[in-house]
Amino acid sequence: MFKRLADSSPAIAISVDGKTVTARAGDTVAAALLAAGIDHCRTTPVTGAPRAPYCLMGVCFDCLVTVDGVGSRQGCLIPVREGMKVETQLGRREAGR
Amino acid sequence: MTAAADLAPSYELVVIGGGPAGLAAAALAARAGVSTVLFDENPGVGGQIYRAITSTPVRSRAILGEDYWDGAALADEAKASGALIVNGATVWSLDRQRLVGVSLGGKARLIEAGRVIIATGSQERPFPIPGWTLPGVMTAGAAQTALKAQGLVVGGRTVLAGSGPLLWLLAAQTLRAGGRIDAILDTTPRRNWLQAMLHLPDFALSPYFAKGLALLREVRAKVPVHRAATIEAVGTDRVREVVFSGAGGTRRLPVDLLLLHQGVVPNVNLANAAGVAHVWNDRQLCFVPVLDAEFGSSVPGIAVAGDGAGIAGGTAAAERGRIAAIAAVRALKPQAAVPDTQAIRQRLQREEMGRAFLDCLNRPADSFRLPEGDTIACRCEEVTAKQVRETAQMGCEGPNQMKAFLRCGMGPCQGRLCGLTVTELIAAERKTTPDEVGYYRLRPPVKPITLAELASLPISEAERKAVER
Repeated sequence: MFKRLADSSPAIAISVDGKTVTARAGDTVAAALLAAGIDHCRTTPVTGAPRAPYCLMGVCFDCLVTVDGVGSRQGCLIPVREGMKVETQLGRREAGR
Repeated sequence: MTAAADLAPSYELVVIGGGPAGLAAAALAARAGVSTVLFDENPGVGGQIYRAITSTPVRSRAILGEDYWDGAALADEAKASGALIVNGATVWSLDRQRLVGVSLGGKARLIEAGRVIIATGSQERPFPIPGWTLPGVMTAGAAQTALKAQGLVVGGRTVLAGSGPLLWLLAAQTLRAGGRIDAILDTTPRRNWLQAMLHLPDFALSPYFAKGLALLREVRAKVPVHRAATIEAVGTDRVREVVFSGAGGTRRLPVDLLLLHQGVVPNVNLANAAGVAHVWNDRQLCFVPVLDAEFGSSVPGIAVAGDGAGIAGGTAAAERGRIAAIAAVRALKPQAAVPDTQAIRQRLQREEMGRAFLDCLNRPADSFRLPEGDTIACRCEEVTAKQVRETAQMGCEGPNQMKAFLRCGMGPCQGRLCGLTVTELIAAERKTTPDEVGYYRLRPPVKPITLAELASLPISEAERKAVER
């Protein structure tokens, strides 16, 4: 969906659901996920539908992810850091029930 | 970088939001000798219009355009002014006593403010069409943010849909950056031109006239533009195609990315939660705070500047920020020297001249604001338009009662992406006005914070010993 104009910014390795993703300095978590072509970052609590970043400005909350163990963080507001652990989230607390 | 522990317990002026209004306000007040802190939740200053102005990886100035780079002067001015500028700081609470709840680096603080200027700007208007929650459907503003802040340009099959200046600006910036746009679906109703033409003389004198024409020419030369009366995003796991109807019947375009935009509206959450009175603006189809000539709100000591005071654009936002800051300085330090208000007001007036034309021309059609059937109105709680309409028909009179029936507006976005839709749907069903229906009553925290952050609030010996009541 997105390509980088230039890859001049320093590379930053983060993990997304255990897999290493190369982000760039200046990326937010949500931007890094989009740049890596990850198709969704969470599912919804009501129907379990997949969601991906929608507004990228802190309004929609569709980009909620777990960052370093803390859930429901707004991925579009958090800059990536080397070694950051990002996990996509399941909307339903009682998945599979 | 500033940490929570570095913050003073009180400041004479707290500015919330680091876009043009906030930057200009903080710079002016700090230069006048007022102790000023500016809180902004983004990694860098600039707000949305000047997003990442101090860090953008986009080197070629032509891509984003000179209007974008104007933001650098504002950022420099604020930095040099002596105001404390704190990024990554989320304001989650503001009350009538001007106690500001802010969180940064996982630590929360309650800061007392002599005066507060809310400069939280605008957000894109909800665009509730079938399929707008699918991955691959984003706002035009989101694509612009990714371009400005990360140098990410749309690469796959991309369709832009909607109306308003930002849509065309994004199209031009994307094309200049080598991005791909397959088509633009223009949703501007033809009859809008009739209303807009009344305001053409003023618009022709505004700075937006020549810029707008140049943008339209630049984009139309490279991208097919179709008029669309209905738009649907189709797919299951993600958007696969966009289906639209126009004069030529129904058409389908395969897409990887559908970017929606139908103007911007004030981001009212913080002001609303602070008890600031709002009123429906029928020309801009949104709630705006009730403000005096100096942008003072109904709550003493709290002003709302910038697009949060009603949409007028980035340059106007800076002038509004200056006017609000002058009022704050005069209240806090009557002896301090401040710039001439009249010159600022003249510049503001010039900036606002074209607004009526733009508002009338880009007024979104009812069908794109008042969804029907299974189209989702509340994205967080997945509440459909049909549910909202039926509940209003049953007798539900307002959005706050609607929460109890449907949970709409109670998800994490706190009504930001359904509030206007729900209000307008209730008004339509009950044959009354949005002003009568009103808006969600918002309460702090207006942004999520963890219990650990709350628990990190410093507590005095007296507070520790006090009996809670």
